[in-house]
Amino acid sequence: MKRLLIASVLLLAPAFVSASGGAGLHLEKADIDLADQESLQRGAKYFVGYCMGCHSLKYMRYNRMAEDLGLDEVQIRRDFIFDKETKPGDLMVSAMRPRDGEKWFGTQVPDLTLVTRWRDPDWVFTYLKHFYLDESRPYGVNNAVFPDVGMPHVLAGHQGLQKAVHTETEGEHPGSLKGLELMRPDNMSEEEHNQRVKEYDQMVRDLTNFLTYAGEPIKLERRRLGFYVLGFLVILFGLAYLLKKEYWKDVH
Amino acid sequence: MSTERTGFLGWIDERFPLTKVWKEHLSEYYAPKNFNFWYYMGSLAILVLVLQIVTGLWLTMSYKPSADDAFASVAYIMRDVNWGWLLRYMHSTGASAFFILIYLHMFRALLYGSYRKPRELLWIIGVTIYLAMMATAFFGYLLPWGQMSYWGAQVIVNLFAAVPGIGEDLSVWVRGDYVISDVTLNRFFAFHFLVPFLIAGLVFIHIVALHKVGSNNPDGIEIKQGPKGNRWDDKAPADGIPFHPYYTVKDIAGAVGFLILFAAVVFFWPDLGGLFLEAPNFQPADPLKTPEHIAPVWYFTPYYAILRAVPPMFGSQFPGVVVMFAAILILFFLPWLDRSEVKSIRYKGILSKIAIGVFAITFIVLAWLGLESVTPAKTLLAQIFTVLYFLFFLLMPIYSKLDKTKPIPERVTKTSWMSRIKTKPVPERGTQ
Repeated sequence: MKRLLIASVLLLAPAFVSASGGAGLHLEKADIDLADQESLQRGAKYFVGYCMGCHSLKYMRYNRMAEDLGLDEVQIRRDFIFDKETKPGDLMVSAMRPRDGEKWFGTQVPDLTLVTRWRDPDWVFTYLKHFYLDESRPYGVNNAVFPDVGMPHVLAGHQGLQKAVHTETEGEHPGSLKGLELMRPDNMSEEEHNQRVKEYDQMVRDLTNFLTYAGEPIKLERRRLGFYVLGFLVILFGLAYLLKKEYWKDVH
Repeated sequence: MSTERTGFLGWIDERFPLTKVWKEHLSEYYAPKNFNFWYYMGSLAILVLVLQIVTGLWLTMSYKPSADDAFASVAYIMRDVNWGWLLRYMHSTGASAFFILIYLHMFRALLYGSYRKPRELLWIIGVTIYLAMMATAFFGYLLPWGQMSYWGAQVIVNLFAAVPGIGEDLSVWVRGDYVISDVTLNRFFAFHFLVPFLIAGLVFIHIVALHKVGSNNPDGIEIKQGPKGNRWDDKAPADGIPFHPYYTVKDIAGAVGFLILFAAVVFFWPDLGGLFLEAPNFQPADPLKTPEHIAPVWYFTPYYAILRAVPPMFGSQFPGVVVMFAAILILFFLPWLDRSEVKSIRYKGILSKIAIGVFAITFIVLAWLGLESVTPAKTLLAQIFTVLYFLFFLLMPIYSKLDKTKPIPERVTKTSWMSRIKTKPVPERGTQ
């Protein structure tokens, strides 16, 4: 995990090396809980609603997800599957044709099944929180974690808009990115603003939680089984050790 | 001794030397009684080899060796195949475990001089097994068809391109294409499947050779040349005990102890922080996108660090390739480099102890450097440690000869650290 963090920080180094000591980009802790089924269910809904227009989970099946997240087939058909051709046993493939994606976003739209494994849950969490206005980009936004990313800020309606704060024009690295500032619309009270920040954090956390689940659906079960396996082996070791001791007591 | 078996076993024995083999290699094979912790590694390595072959065989049943399907078929194994995730994690953890065990097994041989006469051939067969392991691990690493699979193979196969004159043609011949592609994946899969069975055959030969010369032990003395006669046989070495049941029950306990650690990794930390399963390998291979940082899996990194430490000469990487292969092949000459009068580190002098200590540190530092991206400081470090690596071998004839040795005992000594703690020190004679 640590190496991955370091690697992702290094990847960003060109953009942020100048911001040394400034906002920097340490990844925020996603603080997810794979055992929280409600969070996973919300995350799954957000994913299908906001991400799946472009991104697939092409190694994940609807019914496997349903089983693990405590959903039934009726719910799956109602809330997750939007065309009549698709069956619950199918893989969660986006309706967008990959070729179109390349045309629209200038790059291949990645499949997200394993994104938390080649990135990191914390990376995904931080990434989704670090879009900011940048007129030079085709969709008007850039990302502080993934500079010049091709993706628009799909969740802007929930987060609001952020603007970049640059360092002074003078100094060692003039004009480099220092941090982001969430803009508060004039008609929004301080309280509402804070509430929105909180809700967006939770939304992104749910999404990250779901994507982490999708990265390895067996994870919780694997750990659960692990305790039994280790318990069995420890007992077996005790017996094997006693057997050895019994045989070896006459070796001097 | 001469009791002939009757019944079914007798019928078999008349046609196949079953009882004879059982006696010669197990119940009447006398191994030194003073084996310590280091002597578990061999039997554990066999256990892991079997695990690798069995899990590998089952993985094959769902894996598809094609550039289009390989990555997805691994994901399919992890998600849709019943217990597929367990097979796959056991196989990926097993690969690293195999190398850990073999490195410890080889280090044991270094400590106790198990490569010395009459065990030169035993050592050479062992190094051959190690080479075969590296080959099959390299082939296997391409199969998941992730980014690191692809680019790691690209880097290693490109080493062949550095051979002067024929390099380009040679690398194309190895790949079967101008880049790593579907055809490369297919042939690597074929070899990855085959080589483990060759390893199993070599392990058999390794054990036959071992049983011919007999096992070494932490004292590095030959129990066959010591006094004769033990509880089981008048002609057997006095310091020997039958492999079965003594070492079979001991190795069973060792195996279960090992499996506890193994299961802890498989069930709780299968990627081991990116060392056993590298994060970039969860992205499918993309021939158009080179990862920022390409590092082989940890067990190859000492040699990778050596490769990178050698600067290009005459515009060619070839010297680095030669030095890297030399670093592995020099192991074959070890039996003739050690000129010490004794085998075991216990009776060697300070020079040998320093040398082996520095060598162990060197290997670990090189392994770490091989994982890191290149900086001038790290390249310098790698160069220093590459020199140290070779000096351990090349200076061995000198320092092992100069070194002051201690007198070796006639009989093996009690060795377990537990017994050392339990036994009160005996006052020296004359002080009483």
